[in-house]
Amino acid sequence: MKDIFVLMEHRRGELRDVSLELLSGAAGLGGTVVAVLLGSGVDGFAEKAAGLADKVLYVDDPMFENYNAEAYQKALSAFIREHKPGLVLMGHTGHGVDLAPALAVELGAPLVTDITGLEMDGDKPKPTRQFYGGKLDAHMVLKDAELYILTVREATFQAAEPSKSGEVVKVANPVSEDISYRKFVEYVEPEVGEVDITQSALLVGVGRGIREDKNLPLLEELAKALGADLAASRAVVDAGWLPADRQVGISGKTVKPKLYLAVGISGAFQHVTGMKGSEFIVAINKDPDAPIFGIAQVGIVDDLLKVVPALTEKIKELKG
Amino acid sequence: MNMVVCVKRVPDTAESEVHIDSTGKGIETGKLSFRMNDADNYAVEEAILIKEKIGGTVNVISIGDEKSDEQIRMALAKGGDEAIRITDPALAGSDGFALAKALAAAIKGMEYDLVLTGALADDDGCAVVGVALAELLGVPHAAYVKKVEVLEDGKKIKVGRELEGGLMEFLEMELPAVLTIQTGINEPRYASFKGIKAAAKKEIAVKSVADLGLDPSEVGEAGSWAVLESFTYPVVGEKAEILEGDPAETAAKLAAILKEKGLV
Repeated sequence: MKDIFVLMEHRRGELRDVSLELLSGAAGLGGTVVAVLLGSGVDGFAEKAAGLADKVLYVDDPMFENYNAEAYQKALSAFIREHKPGLVLMGHTGHGVDLAPALAVELGAPLVTDITGLEMDGDKPKPTRQFYGGKLDAHMVLKDAELYILTVREATFQAAEPSKSGEVVKVANPVSEDISYRKFVEYVEPEVGEVDITQSALLVGVGRGIREDKNLPLLEELAKALGADLAASRAVVDAGWLPADRQVGISGKTVKPKLYLAVGISGAFQHVTGMKGSEFIVAINKDPDAPIFGIAQVGIVDDLLKVVPALTEKIKELKG
Repeated sequence: MNMVVCVKRVPDTAESEVHIDSTGKGIETGKLSFRMNDADNYAVEEAILIKEKIGGTVNVISIGDEKSDEQIRMALAKGGDEAIRITDPALAGSDGFALAKALAAAIKGMEYDLVLTGALADDDGCAVVGVALAELLGVPHAAYVKKVEVLEDGKKIKVGRELEGGLMEFLEMELPAVLTIQTGINEPRYASFKGIKAAAKKEIAVKSVADLGLDPSEVGEAGSWAVLESFTYPVVGEKAEILEGDPAETAAKLAAILKEKGLV
């Protein structure tokens, strides 16, 4: 079997977890696992990768201090042409999404994105991914090719304990020209709001199922009765119904309250990633097949506009 | 600033049950409503905001059947100038790569500074088309864009990309470029009555794959990187205990459970 390239993702001095997850997942596929690390002064990341890879290809160059699609694409395509791996894996992240489709077009390599499961048929991957916000699994068949590229959803594989001591090979930067058309400027942290929902013991998560912002007071009353804070799905924040610092999920916060009461939240992975570690999860949704019921312990399948006011009254009664 | 915005008509499945159809590769759409893909709606708004600020044109493109005219006309009603619909049976089964090829063929001959697509589609969620399109056009791109600023000379832009945890990565890029627009970048307007009336009269140029100079084998399943073999329902582990009864009963049961757990 041909080599498997795994792109190491790092940001602001940290090797991101997805890198180690992918090395661990790749180890079970059969080929030689090569970690590809593009960075500047990140010897520590090379060592970490070596614990889970058969080999680490490491370019140490200031060009790679911060992620840049233009620089990454040039370097990766050069390495791939030289070493001819059969498979390239990268995270389905803000970096991977920005890089993989352009690289795939350049190299003529079939790409499947955001995969959640992977089997191999010889050198050919048989990935599974989700459609319709996680309501269906899709089994994909790739066209025959010499090289395949996959972007993998975070937490699809579990990072294993380091058990290898792959050779770290420092190689020269294959990119000789200047990076001309795309320049990194800066990172800007999200604004901090008045309530830090990562510290809340009880959260009422509000989703697009509330339909209109005029229904928000119903949720506010429930939260008040429970002594909970309001959290939100992306759709609710995008609509401007709640501020961005209430957003739970991949682009928002990760919360682990004692209670997460998900109201009108379907349970797409973008949201679930941020709240699945909650101690007790309750979901109210009118779609009995909503993915949220797959992670909730208790559920109510009904119209939230009817259930929520009734629940608020019951909580008030209990609290006397 | 001459802009192109790509929009897609998608089923609204967020709050609806999704059932696999008899082919095993599609879904039953009879009970579903359709709308413009969420992120595309923000892309349309962003283009119109730029046009209002510095002038220019907004050309709307969609791939789909004549039903997509509803979404195209909505974009025109909000401030779009011209529209193309790419319609061809050969496009059936296209993945993001095949769709990007059709869009690139349509856009290649245009004078454009900026192409905007949604960051991802609500149906397949692939997040492929925009970035693949940029590579096919040979221009720079940025994905997951949540902030766009046209710099003074009008030849460069500064964009903010949304990363994990809400961190923003700012870049400067040369134009022309392709941006994939993330939801929440702006507040999409509602079309005015006047705009809707004007849009109803506008012509939508309908193009086949051949009109774009493509061979049918370059699109559809034959021109795709990957094809869908089958849909299955996700295997869920232990499902939630579903409380039965009318709202008063389920609310009472839930309140009792929360009390028992010491959460009330």
